[in-house]
Amino acid sequence: MARRAAVTGIGVVAPNGLGTAAYWSATVSGHSGIGRVTRFDPASYPVRLAGEVPDFVDGQHIPGRLLAQTDRMTRLALAASDWAVADAGADGSTWPDYLVSVVTAGGFGGFEFGQRELESLWREDGGQVSAYQSFAWFYAVNTGQISIRHGTRGPGSVFVTEQAGGLDGLAQARRLIEAGGEAVFAGGFDSALCPWGWVAQIASGRLSTCEDPDRAFLPFDEEARGYIPGEGGAMLVLEDAEAAAARGARSYGEIAGYGATFDPRPGSDRPPGLARAIRLALADAGLAPEQIGVVFADASGLPDQDRREAAAINEVFGAATVPVCTPKTMTGRLCAGGAALDVATALLSLRDGVLPPSANAVRPAPDYRLDLVGPRPRRVDVDNALILARGYGGFNAALVVRKPTETGTRTKEEQWTR
Amino acid sequence: MDALTIDGLRRILRECAGVAEDVDLDGDIADVAFSDLGYDSLALLESASRIEREFSIKLADEAVTEAKSPRMLLLVVNQTIGASSPE
Repeated sequence: MARRAAVTGIGVVAPNGLGTAAYWSATVSGHSGIGRVTRFDPASYPVRLAGEVPDFVDGQHIPGRLLAQTDRMTRLALAASDWAVADAGADGSTWPDYLVSVVTAGGFGGFEFGQRELESLWREDGGQVSAYQSFAWFYAVNTGQISIRHGTRGPGSVFVTEQAGGLDGLAQARRLIEAGGEAVFAGGFDSALCPWGWVAQIASGRLSTCEDPDRAFLPFDEEARGYIPGEGGAMLVLEDAEAAAARGARSYGEIAGYGATFDPRPGSDRPPGLARAIRLALADAGLAPEQIGVVFADASGLPDQDRREAAAINEVFGAATVPVCTPKTMTGRLCAGGAALDVATALLSLRDGVLPPSANAVRPAPDYRLDLVGPRPRRVDVDNALILARGYGGFNAALVVRKPTETGTRTKEEQWTR
Repeated sequence: MDALTIDGLRRILRECAGVAEDVDLDGDIADVAFSDLGYDSLALLESASRIEREFSIKLADEAVTEAKSPRMLLLVVNQTIGASSPE
């Protein structure tokens, strides 16, 4: 029997909830974390709303030695990785260290740390940059810091595919488990809520300049006008399903399928790649479209992009046949953290039989022909969920999670064959 | 120029590299190895760079890496301060 990658632990840091329980309860009740930027004064910028993670007190979660050398996105990732392994109920010290890996996704790097060092460099009496800048800004730093903190020595990697990274990383984590890995920390985090990171995001031209938190980010709505950026993400702990069951661990579900494609160059007459990514993920999971109970959409909030995503979903599933969730309306788009958080959300939906609401979806555009889950949660028992993500520049990714399957009767020999 | 004191070094280490959870930086640390205080080579590089800036001196790289304890580092720094005094 093939090894299957089960998710046994979840750690969430989101604008509408710190910790998995707080996040899920806020999400199901439609509580949004989007508000006016408080980290700096946004008055002089055209975009003034963000999904900020509130109440994250660094000193409560991060040891003093690490504070000097970490950007905020790394602090969020470290806290979530601690929570994920605790949630898995695993004693990490018993894991064979060379069989435990870390896979993270990061799209921005450490903007806030970098801004502070740039300011120090150009200060009158400055001319200095911290030695820690050498890695604190770096996309791969979360993988490194998590691996040091948890003593892992298995292959580590990082995905830099913007929003798609959260799914690409989980697919890599699944490969590592299937190839014999004992456990993988896998997730995505981003935070660039400082003036330098802010102008970089505004420059994309995709952000919503609306100042009403209830109307600013409305994917698939008639009034969609761009998105609100946020910070945070999710960390998952993956283990072989049989081994996890053998140690009595609870499984949230399994990573069952994955597909990734790249869009043709702008102006090409070839079709965008999202529908193909969905088909690849379904084929990989061995599922027919009607076996998918819910789709967690990329939900860019830009009319063009929304239209394309709706067309891709309908091309595979038929018009308005599968419920579509957009919980990121309550967090903003978290770059690499977004899809990882959507996977966590999908697993919680499978566990509780609840599809989270979409804040403010008052007037979904009728010609998209989507069964959009509106402002109220929906009670539905679902076996398989599909999560979609598109990264800026043409990345498409689709990932299928399914409910935990009954653990089989793998022989001891199979269990130890790697 | 005033010499770097052990308290001055404590402040610089705290500001540049933080303090490990199980370490009392205000305790009797003069002869405790930096590695036992939780400071790696990068922490010392960062702290040495701060010392260079505050005292307007230049420390030889190997002098810093060879100083294994606060007392040894203070010795190197204060010798350099003395050597660079314009007397």
